[in-house]
Amino acid sequence: MDTAQASATTKTVTFRIWRQDGPGGEGHYDEFRIPYSKGANVVSCLMEIQRNPVTVQGKKVAPVVWDAACLEEVCGSCAMNINGRVRMACSALIDKLEQPITLEPMRKFPVVRDLAVNRDRMFEALKRVKGWIPVDGTHNLGPGPRQSPKDQATMYVLSTCITCGSCLEACPQVTLDNAFVGAAAISQARLFNMHPTGEMNAEERTRALMGPGGVQDCGKAQNCVKVCPKEIPLVTSIAAMNREVSKVLIKDIFFKEEEKKGHGGPG
Amino acid sequence: MAAAARFTVVGGGLAGLMTTIKLAEAGHHVDVLSIVPVKRSHSVCAQGGINGAVNTKGEGDHPDIHVKDTLRGGDFLAEQVSVKGMCYAAPGIIYMLDRMGVTFNRTSEGLLDFRRFGGTLHHRTAFAGATTGQQLLYALDEQVRRYESEGKVTKYEYWEWLGTVKDEAGRCIGSVALDLRTMEIRTFPAEAVCLATGGPGIVFGRSTNSIINTGTAAGRAYLEGALYANGEFIQVHPTSIPGEDKLRLMSESVRGEGGRVWVPKKKGDTRSPRDIPDSERWYFLEEKYPKYKNLVPRDVATREIFTVCRDLGMGIGGKDGVYLDVTHIPAPTLDAKIKGVMEIYEKFVGDDPRKTPMVIFPGMHYSMGGLYVTFEADSRTLTPAEGSPKNQSTNIPGLYAAGEADYAFHGANRLGANSLLSCIYSGMIGGPAMAAYAKNNATSAEAKSDKYFADAKKYWDDRFATIKKMAGAENPYQISKELGELMTENCTVVRYNDRLKKTVEKIRELKGRWKDCNVLDTGSVANRSLSFTNQLWNMLELGEVIATSALLRDESRGAHYKPDFSLPEPKSKDPTQDPEWMALWKKRHEKWAKTTIAKHSEEGPKISYEDISTPVLEPEPRWYA
Ligand SMILES: Cc1cc2nc3c(=O)[nH]c(=O)nc-3n(C[C@H](O)[C@H](O)[C@H](O)COP(=O)(O)OP(=O)(O)OC[C@H]3O[C@@H](n4cnc5c(N)ncnc54)[C@H](O)[C@@H]3O)c2cc1C
Ligand code: SF4
Ligand code: FES
Repeated sequence: MDTAQASATTKTVTFRIWRQDGPGGEGHYDEFRIPYSKGANVVSCLMEIQRNPVTVQGKKVAPVVWDAACLEEVCGSCAMNINGRVRMACSALIDKLEQPITLEPMRKFPVVRDLAVNRDRMFEALKRVKGWIPVDGTHNLGPGPRQSPKDQATMYVLSTCITCGSCLEACPQVTLDNAFVGAAAISQARLFNMHPTGEMNAEERTRALMGPGGVQDCGKAQNCVKVCPKEIPLVTSIAAMNREVSKVLIKDIFFKEEEKKGHGGPG
Repeated sequence: MAAAARFTVVGGGLAGLMTTIKLAEAGHHVDVLSIVPVKRSHSVCAQGGINGAVNTKGEGDHPDIHVKDTLRGGDFLAEQVSVKGMCYAAPGIIYMLDRMGVTFNRTSEGLLDFRRFGGTLHHRTAFAGATTGQQLLYALDEQVRRYESEGKVTKYEYWEWLGTVKDEAGRCIGSVALDLRTMEIRTFPAEAVCLATGGPGIVFGRSTNSIINTGTAAGRAYLEGALYANGEFIQVHPTSIPGEDKLRLMSESVRGEGGRVWVPKKKGDTRSPRDIPDSERWYFLEEKYPKYKNLVPRDVATREIFTVCRDLGMGIGGKDGVYLDVTHIPAPTLDAKIKGVMEIYEKFVGDDPRKTPMVIFPGMHYSMGGLYVTFEADSRTLTPAEGSPKNQSTNIPGLYAAGEADYAFHGANRLGANSLLSCIYSGMIGGPAMAAYAKNNATSAEAKSDKYFADAKKYWDDRFATIKKMAGAENPYQISKELGELMTENCTVVRYNDRLKKTVEKIRELKGRWKDCNVLDTGSVANRSLSFTNQLWNMLELGEVIATSALLRDESRGAHYKPDFSLPEPKSKDPTQDPEWMALWKKRHEKWAKTTIAKHSEEGPKISYEDISTPVLEPEPRWYA
């Protein structure tokens, strides 16, 4: 039967939602049916279910646990798999989804409960790449360096990353327990390396992307860029950081050679 | 006090992060508690920009003009010393953010660009596209991450602050908090605690706020004896997209970049807006306010839109809604400057605002009121004295408040792009104030009796055990929805005493129903219903404060509008030229130029009033025509 049509005539929306009581536990699906309302999105429907958490079978259950805050796709909280595809729940409009709508947590992050996952690894990755400008202090030191509107435009796009995790979820190289930093952090390293002040520590950031879990773990599947809700040019960022890593590698080899040759040379 | 003291900052929005940076920079250790990863705090939603009289446009702008615009904009209820300090610090704050790497828009020379915002005639607003809050929050988040990696800051994300720990003298010596994942409750000793917990938007159900903005921390602090000031001053933003789940903001920057507000001249005109020629459009703001046009302060714009739709029945198709039109602006300009909001409209409404005028309506947005805090004035500069422990201090010693959670900077109405500024400024002076307090405070919290901490933990363990057993008939989320509808209906744009009285009664009823709640979830991991049920009580308390404060203030001022108590229209365009009206204004002003102060009692909020002090600027009638 065409469920989408059936529910359109009765004006309800049906959900199949992954339930899991805690980290690492077993899970199952619960089915909910709620009244249709125009303009509704997945988060507004989850809120509706909260007010009456009863399954299609009439069973009273705990309200679904999920993360959301801004409801306008800027806080990055609500990424989940919707009908098998990772996306932001708050901007997933019901009218554009096939029913029943299946909601599942992202699979590349440990589940906290139901649809909520633990994305700590992304914040750790930002530490690893030293994703900040090392300012001298917060006292008034006058304006920062001048920047062309063109550079600003490039950096602005990179800096709109909402740490949602979609790019990691879609990446075949990322698994639940490996160390790959993922596209988001690589792109952040590029952002800070581009900044006139950040550039002073560019090599440090680039080195942080060398070795296990670094940029060279990227398998070039290019899935990340397809799912990024902010349309960040992740493939370009990865290529840029790959080039910077190569430069550092060549420099290292060169210096080693120099060192070997340089015995007794000018100090 | 040891060289490096331990502090707690609750909240990782702009205010909390700035407070944290100031403390960490001075060598102290900071525990940051936040219900969400700080990078997801509500500050991330701010769109339009941040104010500072940097004066790069050759307009002769100056911090003094910024002070005047802010105080006038707030109809003279803002705390003047803090406002002056903020406006003078603003250019330096923008420069600091610039140095931290905020991707502010640039002029062709590579300098910071500034746009116009409401309530001023100057280009004073620095911006990063239309996601300025996001960019500022990330910059501070990055600096805090740097301190975190150096071991100076410990973040407790997904931790909810529940209440203070006090010693026998009533000083705040720490906090009790709940791990929202494991549901563990523990205490956090601290030399001083800052609540930078944001606004109470969700008390109004649907608003432009993030759904985590329940105001629970401020509500709880109030229950514990902190004073709550100017609660009745709630900003309703003129331009938001009505939605079932939230009212999505269309930033003031849309009008700052030239957006025009209009309705068809013909009532109930059913033509598509693009088919309505210019001569048949009523640009009502431009007509009534030729000087400020579409950029009058928010309370004024909101009331005009309300009048057009509700009183005159001139809303689009006879319904609530007016056009916000940017179709005359070239698409590349829109994309360079306000792409973020254009995309929100496109995504959630489905129309391209570059081609079709947007349909908008006012929505609850911001609370000018908040926890009462003090400032110590430097008698020479009339700005908050540097390093004074009194700055940003609540009436509970050791408990500070900053950001939207405090009451000080915006009076009866906030000017656009002044909030991000007040958040950062309050953190800049709040951090040093906490450090100074700790230095003067002889014994450190760590050394104090464990008993206070054990007692506080036990109180919360018991309370949560009780809530977890609640098996009544009421759904807490449903009660929250009803509270929101009640508040939106009666405590937003237009207010009447009979309705406010009923509102207070109904909130008491809701409190009664709260006792019959069902906690819905007996799980022991990430039990959100459990924490929400506790929060809901604090929301009801705040709702009662807001409604009672509104009921008792019998005048119209800024966002608080009571038709039954408004002054008549002056006879001259410049009201100071109408002596009769001036006499009325003066009388009203003498009676009501006061800060509303709510103190908790078992019978409900006790309201008193504190005279405002006006060392910086003598109040005058506020008019924008
Ligand atoms: C859509 C929108 C657009 C806006 N645009 C602008 C603009 O352009 N310019 C401008 O100046 N202002 C703007 N504002 C206002 C401005 O964004 C807010 O006033 C400001 O960001 C508030 O910052 P804050 O640091 O006080 O609080 P928030 O950013 O709200 O942060 C509060 C923090 O407290 C934490 N918290 C809350 N309760 C608890 C608890 N019990 N335990 C632990 N942690 C807790 C939260 O997790 C969060 O980290 C806008 C507001 C909205 C709604
Ligand atoms: S790069 Fe895109 S997909 Fe990845 S975390 Fe950032 S916003 Fe999400
Ligand atoms: S709730 Fe913030 S991105 Fe969806």
